[in-house]
Amino acid sequence: MTPKVVVTGIGAVTPLGATADATWQAILAGKSGVHTMDNDWSEKYGLAVDFAAQVDPQVVPENLKRVQAKRLDPSSQFALISAREAMADAGLEETDPDRTAVSWATGIGGVWTLLDAWDTLQEEGPRRVMPLTVPMLMPNGPAAAIGMEFKARAGVQTMVSACASSTESLGHAYDVVANGHADIVIAGGSEAAIHPITIASFNSMQALSRRTDSPETASRPYDVDRDGFVMGEGAGTLILETEEHAKARGAKIYAEVSSWGISNDAYHITGGEPGGQYALRAMQSAIDNAELSPADIKHVNAHATSTPVGDIPESLAISQLLGSHVGDALVSATKSMTGHLLGGTGAVESILTVKALQTRTAPPTINIDELDPEVVGINIVRDTPAELPSGDIAAISNSFGFGGHNAVVAFKSV
Amino acid sequence: MAFTEAEVLAGLAEIVNEETGLAVETVEASKSFTDDLDIDSISMMTIVVNAEKKFGVKIPDDDVKDLVTVQDAVDYINKAQEA
Repeated sequence: MTPKVVVTGIGAVTPLGATADATWQAILAGKSGVHTMDNDWSEKYGLAVDFAAQVDPQVVPENLKRVQAKRLDPSSQFALISAREAMADAGLEETDPDRTAVSWATGIGGVWTLLDAWDTLQEEGPRRVMPLTVPMLMPNGPAAAIGMEFKARAGVQTMVSACASSTESLGHAYDVVANGHADIVIAGGSEAAIHPITIASFNSMQALSRRTDSPETASRPYDVDRDGFVMGEGAGTLILETEEHAKARGAKIYAEVSSWGISNDAYHITGGEPGGQYALRAMQSAIDNAELSPADIKHVNAHATSTPVGDIPESLAISQLLGSHVGDALVSATKSMTGHLLGGTGAVESILTVKALQTRTAPPTINIDELDPEVVGINIVRDTPAELPSGDIAAISNSFGFGGHNAVVAFKSV
Repeated sequence: MAFTEAEVLAGLAEIVNEETGLAVETVEASKSFTDDLDIDSISMMTIVVNAEKKFGVKIPDDDVKDLVTVQDAVDYINKAQEA
């Protein structure tokens, strides 16, 4: 029989705060992490978008020694800070290295390190390119930093599947624990890719909101006037272990990870399949694997990025998944507050889902001034948090990424 | 204009401080980069490259292994300045 897998620790570095709790409190208060950026990129490069959801620049110097920070890309810095918080939260000062693993994710990798090194090469020549440039920019850099810090010798892996990455890494972590390959998995994802080049690219494909006059309201999933997503950055970590292992050491348990599901649209490199049928397949697979029924699902943390084309297929899929029970599931689109953390988004939204189950509180979706009439059936939490029912309930967290990746994790209350 | 020996030592201490966070006063001439200051090969390369820029000298990779103590580096840079 497959052992129960539970979440015993959480940690996050997000545009809303330097910890999981600070992020959760800001979410409950309906705050936006999106602001006009304090840089000259718009002026210098003529970028149409001058806002993003950025991590407070003080977070890294306050949490990492300068020498350590210098050897890590920002995506690894955020990763390590969130992993430390999660391990401390789980009460895991020491673990058995041979039974500890890392399952991490990033969508883009060390883009800042790469591009800074390119500038250095152009301006000062190859001798000035830092020796650690390649290990800092490689996508497995964040996972390796966490693995070394916590002596995780049972395997350190990185999933790369765009914005579905850290839901896949959480799913993989579930498999590692459920199959008995490790007792503790440090799971999550990170991204630090707010750069003029990524903004230019996303903007050219008309994926970004251009609401420069009101950045706080730019991320508005399900609103009729939504015009694109808002780039975010940060990291989220969840500590997974078997229920037996957690109970044996007297750990607190946030929620159970019941299982997960995955699919691919195989349709278009950036556009999701318009009917949402493969998103539905991933959700169905998650609840089937978890042996849940639609009636059990009382909360959905939707992927809902606030793009005109993306939000509708997911809403259709949720409606089809839950059928007559769709009204009983409270749907939250937390990117309205966090922005879109790309490879870090699944982990942060799973943390929010776990907190929702633990506190029986579904986060709000801010900035819906007028609900898009095409969004029908689903029960969206708007403006302020909503209470979830008591008793045994379940929730899913959805992530979809460029490349047609669909990943869904199912959680149960404890 | 050449740097004096004291200026080279002080300048090296600043470079080491920037790379490792070690206080400048701990970077004494007699100290070994690896054994006393715990500087690894990657930090050493960064220190060497920054020293090349600061003092306007060239320190080929093959010579770096001979720079065991801070005094070795000071002497090397002084000699390279004269060349």
